[in-house]
Amino acid sequence: MLLQGFAVLLGFQLLGEILVLVTGILVPGPVLGMAFLLLFLLLRQQVPEPTRQTSEGLLRYLPLLFVPAGVGLINHGLLLKQDFGVIAITLIVSTALTLAVTVLVLQGLKKYLGASNDQ
Amino acid sequence: MISEIPEVFSEIWVFLTASKVLYLLLTLVAFMFAVWLNRRAGGTPWLHPVLVAIALIIGFLLLTSTAYADYFEGAQFIHFLLGPAIVALAVPLYDHRERIKKEFLPLMLACVAGIITAVGSTAVLVKLLGGEEATLMSLLPKSVTSPIAMGIAEQTGGFPALAAGIVLITGAIGCVLGPPIFRLLKIQDHAAQGFALGLAAHGFGTAQSFTLSNLAGAFAGLAMGVTGLLSAFLIPLFVQFL
Repeated sequence: MLLQGFAVLLGFQLLGEILVLVTGILVPGPVLGMAFLLLFLLLRQQVPEPTRQTSEGLLRYLPLLFVPAGVGLINHGLLLKQDFGVIAITLIVSTALTLAVTVLVLQGLKKYLGASNDQ
Repeated sequence: MISEIPEVFSEIWVFLTASKVLYLLLTLVAFMFAVWLNRRAGGTPWLHPVLVAIALIIGFLLLTSTAYADYFEGAQFIHFLLGPAIVALAVPLYDHRERIKKEFLPLMLACVAGIITAVGSTAVLVKLLGGEEATLMSLLPKSVTSPIAMGIAEQTGGFPALAAGIVLITGAIGCVLGPPIFRLLKIQDHAAQGFALGLAAHGFGTAQSFTLSNLAGAFAGLAMGVTGLLSAFLIPLFVQFL
């Protein structure tokens, strides 16, 4: 079961990566693979059980999967030190603003558009 | 340091550091400890498991003067699973397709508003604080998932390596700032929380959202994908007006 699901995920990833290679677009292969799998599921109108089991298992451990890349920060220490103050303030303020604007716009539009749809 | 230890131990140490298993195990143990610590602390975002694990491992590598490349030799087996995990996001997206279809227009407009805020506020802040041009170009794609962000930075004259580091830090900051901001703004909807986290903090935010609920994770994955795709077009366009 688990292996079947893993084979499906890797198959779609490979498909995405081949397409990136052929077209040279600026999108990571797995992201295209996700789009293709979604299209496949929409056409099939259901998620095959092995694909669901493997997917949910992998996604439960998604935070762990970011750790090896995150440790790569060790190599950026020098680059970051140059403009540290500017970078730190910009990242904190801008990320807070982005989070706030996104949720507020989303909530506001849903209320506004939802209200006009109901009439 | 090693010379003070009996020879048997230094031999074992030499073997261990050459073995990929050590760094694979180190990554797992550091993460399990970080999850345990976070639970003990009542799930506070300030002790985010991913950040604590990264800090512990960086500390270990610095103490033992191990190069990142050596560590990655072992840890790459975990890193490799990121690819299929991103493909796997299609499953929660499919599960919540009805709600996404229904809210498609607000979601896309909120996404554009979020990207404009992220890029615009970064440009204004860096100019106000007197940062350099190349720093600005490396900071602009900070909310975009790292493979796309590196491509954008390269195209606009930033440093791809710096951009990748900035993306990681932004993800971490987003995970820490998200929960208090949502509480302050009284946003309880998991879909909206996930969408904002995926937009501002890409994969880190998506991972965090999946620990909240499957619904939050699906909307975070959606936001991460759409933000990446739109930014690849919008940021190079925006740079021409700077």
